[in-house]
Amino acid sequence: MAMDVALRLEVEDLHAEYCAALDEGRYEDWAALFTEDCLYRIVPRDNHERGLPLAIMHCESRGMLLDRIVAIRETSYYAPRTLRHMVSGIRVAAEADGALRGQANYLVLQTLPEQPTTLFNAGRYLDTMVREAGRLRLKERLCIFDSIVVPNSLIVPI
Amino acid sequence: MTFLPNDVPASRRPWPAEAISRVPFWLYSDPEIYRLEQERIFAGPAWSYVALEAEIPNPGDFKRSVIGDKPVVVVRDETGAISVVVNRCAHRGVAFCQREFGSAKEFVCPYHQWTYDLRGKLLGVPFRRGYKGQGGMPADFAPEAHGLQRLSVARRHGVVFASFDPAPEKFEDYLGPLMLGYFDRVFTGRPLAVLGHMRQRIPSNWKLMFENIKDPYHASLLHVFLVTFGLFRLDQKSAVEMDETGRHAVLVSRKGEQATNDATREMRSFKADFTLNDARLLDPVREFAGDATVVMQTLWPNLIVQQQSNTLAMRQLVTRGPQEFDLVWTFFGYDDDAPEMRRRRLRQANLMGPSGYVSIDDSEIMAASQDGIAPYPEANGLFEMGGREARNEDHMVTEGAIRGFYKYYRGVMGI
Repeated sequence: MAMDVALRLEVEDLHAEYCAALDEGRYEDWAALFTEDCLYRIVPRDNHERGLPLAIMHCESRGMLLDRIVAIRETSYYAPRTLRHMVSGIRVAAEADGALRGQANYLVLQTLPEQPTTLFNAGRYLDTMVREAGRLRLKERLCIFDSIVVPNSLIVPI
Repeated sequence: MTFLPNDVPASRRPWPAEAISRVPFWLYSDPEIYRLEQERIFAGPAWSYVALEAEIPNPGDFKRSVIGDKPVVVVRDETGAISVVVNRCAHRGVAFCQREFGSAKEFVCPYHQWTYDLRGKLLGVPFRRGYKGQGGMPADFAPEAHGLQRLSVARRHGVVFASFDPAPEKFEDYLGPLMLGYFDRVFTGRPLAVLGHMRQRIPSNWKLMFENIKDPYHASLLHVFLVTFGLFRLDQKSAVEMDETGRHAVLVSRKGEQATNDATREMRSFKADFTLNDARLLDPVREFAGDATVVMQTLWPNLIVQQQSNTLAMRQLVTRGPQEFDLVWTFFGYDDDAPEMRRRRLRQANLMGPSGYVSIDDSEIMAASQDGIAPYPEANGLFEMGGREARNEDHMVTEGAIRGFYKYYRGVMGI
């Protein structure tokens, strides 16, 4: 079935704003892309494939996203860094219940002080999107990352 | 400042005269020290953590693990017994097991199909008798002498340890009565349930991880999140205890109130006006006897047992050269946990791991420590908080357990 072109572009815009908000440190804008009752999880592929429930970041509401932002801004100690999120292979399918199921590949590049840019994390997004007040919002985003080995720390969401 | 002469091997350099209240910085970057650590500590008489039994519940189940930097395979055989064998084919050394977890009836090396049973016994060698009268192994080739190298194995209440020493001391004696009591507090024999794994590659020497967990006073200063939300504070009733050798230790903390007082005024980082947007993150319930809310146990040479509120995890250290190690986290609960307790453990896991509200601070500070330490091998670290001895204390304002660690370390290393 051919997907509405306007809807495809809307999904692409959601990805673009998501990446820009994180990379520019506009974390509140990032959290605003989720519904109030959202589920956001960053899960090693190994756990996901073996049916193990553990995530390295697990948020069950927008409030938990906001608490992550407090940590990034106020309570965590970490070396300064620049991150860049890249998304490709965006796919989307409409469900009977009106929600949209989406999938996309992502890369996150990281630059630490005095270091060249490195590939920090790679994986795929598994999304459920809904329309709220006329705009698409993420009701669920699972970030399934390929290598369980995280280079030191993952501070900013994926 | 005196620089070390290049022609003096690290193992023969003098330790600073102040003994265990100083640690020379060459200890964190020198390749010869690292080599000696592999030989005398990880391949020595110690019991290293390798697995939880719940990770390999059924006959044939195996997992890859590592002791120091040596890969091993932990496998349960048809009788339920657990073997730990090196992940190194007895023929030409191939790391034959390439999957992290799995189930097998036998192990076959892909290179020349040497085949081993689940205890590491060599079952078959293709072309052993040659082909049409040509080639083959010598007539006196003895398969029984060429099995996989087997390690000594100790199991206690669902936790598996292994040793390269063929006759190590009994595991219970290795822990000693005090440490065994703390170990049995979490591992009562109640069946465990694995919740999942995390792994982070930390750009620092492995010993900095033990220094971090054996030092309770940093937690009240570095970990703003813990302090702010009352999970760990210097003014809480607490203890630092070691076994008689100093090689193992526990930090114990008891519940305190989130309030401003003399202790928090010393902590510039305390933020009195913070509350969580979603309080479900920190909703701990008491589940162990006694009033301790945090017990961090460090077991020589490669394990931290974490009990922080309701988040339970094994943190296994895997060394990767003098300036890098992996921290492998296995989170678990109990098999009979109610669904609400399972959810609580998964929420509280946000505190720990590579994205942990608490542990981010530690992995980042270890990287920054290595950045300062490695370029200055001629300098020393200073460990005088709480005195210059290694003794048990009923407070947190001490680096005594680090001194205990190095007292034992120096003996094992002969330096």
